[in-house]
Amino acid sequence: MDRIPILKMGPFLLVTIQVDMYDRLALNLENDLIIMVQKNGSKGVLIDISAVSIVDSFMGRIIGNIATMSRIMDAETIVVGMQPAVAITLVELGLPLSGVHTALNVEKGMALLQKKLADDLTEDSESEAEMDDNDQSE
Amino acid sequence: MISLNKETIKISSEKDVVLFRQRLREYATKIGMSVLNQTKLITAASELVRNILVYAGSGETTIEVVSERLQTGIKVIFKDNGPGIADVNKAMQDGYSSGRSLGLGLPGAKRLVNFFEIKSTVGHGTTVTIIRWKK
Ligand SMILES: Nc1ncnc2c1ncn2[C@@H]1O[C@H](COP(=O)(O)OP(=O)(O)OP(=O)(O)O)[C@@H](O)[C@H]1O
Ligand SMILES: [Mg+2]
Repeated sequence: MDRIPILKMGPFLLVTIQVDMYDRLALNLENDLIIMVQKNGSKGVLIDISAVSIVDSFMGRIIGNIATMSRIMDAETIVVGMQPAVAITLVELGLPLSGVHTALNVEKGMALLQKKLADDLTEDSESEAEMDDNDQSE
Repeated sequence: MISLNKETIKISSEKDVVLFRQRLREYATKIGMSVLNQTKLITAASELVRNILVYAGSGETTIEVVSERLQTGIKVIFKDNGPGIADVNKAMQDGYSSGRSLGLGLPGAKRLVNFFEIKSTVGHGTTVTIIRWKK
């Protein structure tokens, strides 16, 4: 079957998309990721799309779904390396991926996830502190 | 408008969609279209070719290098013999979907190209024509 490999890195999952996406492949990735997050109790998902030259409404929606579903299971999703032309095109298409965190590259994305994880841990020990949503898009 | 080069690709599965997008990129690269315009063209085309698969089941696309005055660009025609669209104006509105989708495909594709034309007859099918100039 057509599948994109998912790499487990400690509490996080890393997906590097290297091929031209089509709908079936995107749907399989969504399913596989959600199962993996649940099975491993992952705290974050990094999706590296630096090699992806086309994100249309279907793929954009899948990325949004992954982020929403992961959040329900207490995991953050970060989309990494979106090409400028792709970002501009998504806005013009009418799907600006607003609910999704982004980072320039995998290192920065990983650092962002680690920071979020650390923040969560201190918060948990600080008895009932409010969840603060420090959005660091871009 | 002068047609310089032309190719028709039948669409009946996602495999065809992948091939179609590859060919479209090859044409756009060959005429020296900027990366941004290529991305807009292929993204728009991706929406329209999905509509063929979802609503008509199958159809065909024609990729054409066209030239008019001092401009060169790519024209793509998406043709199907599916159910057609009863109210094209409604279908062109942002957020209108007969299914449970976002209704972004048609209006979004229109925003991404320089020329957009849709002709549809209920019971006969739909033809969408787009042009993106190389600029
Ligand atoms: N080739 C076609 N044949 C028949 N009906 C079509 C065709 N293309 C579009 N339509 C109709 O027009 C509506 C709007 O199309 P559009 O692509 O904008 O949105 P969508 O496909 O419903 O959602 P999205 O593209 O965001 O997933 C569709 O819901 C469908 O009813
Ligand atoms: Mg559509």
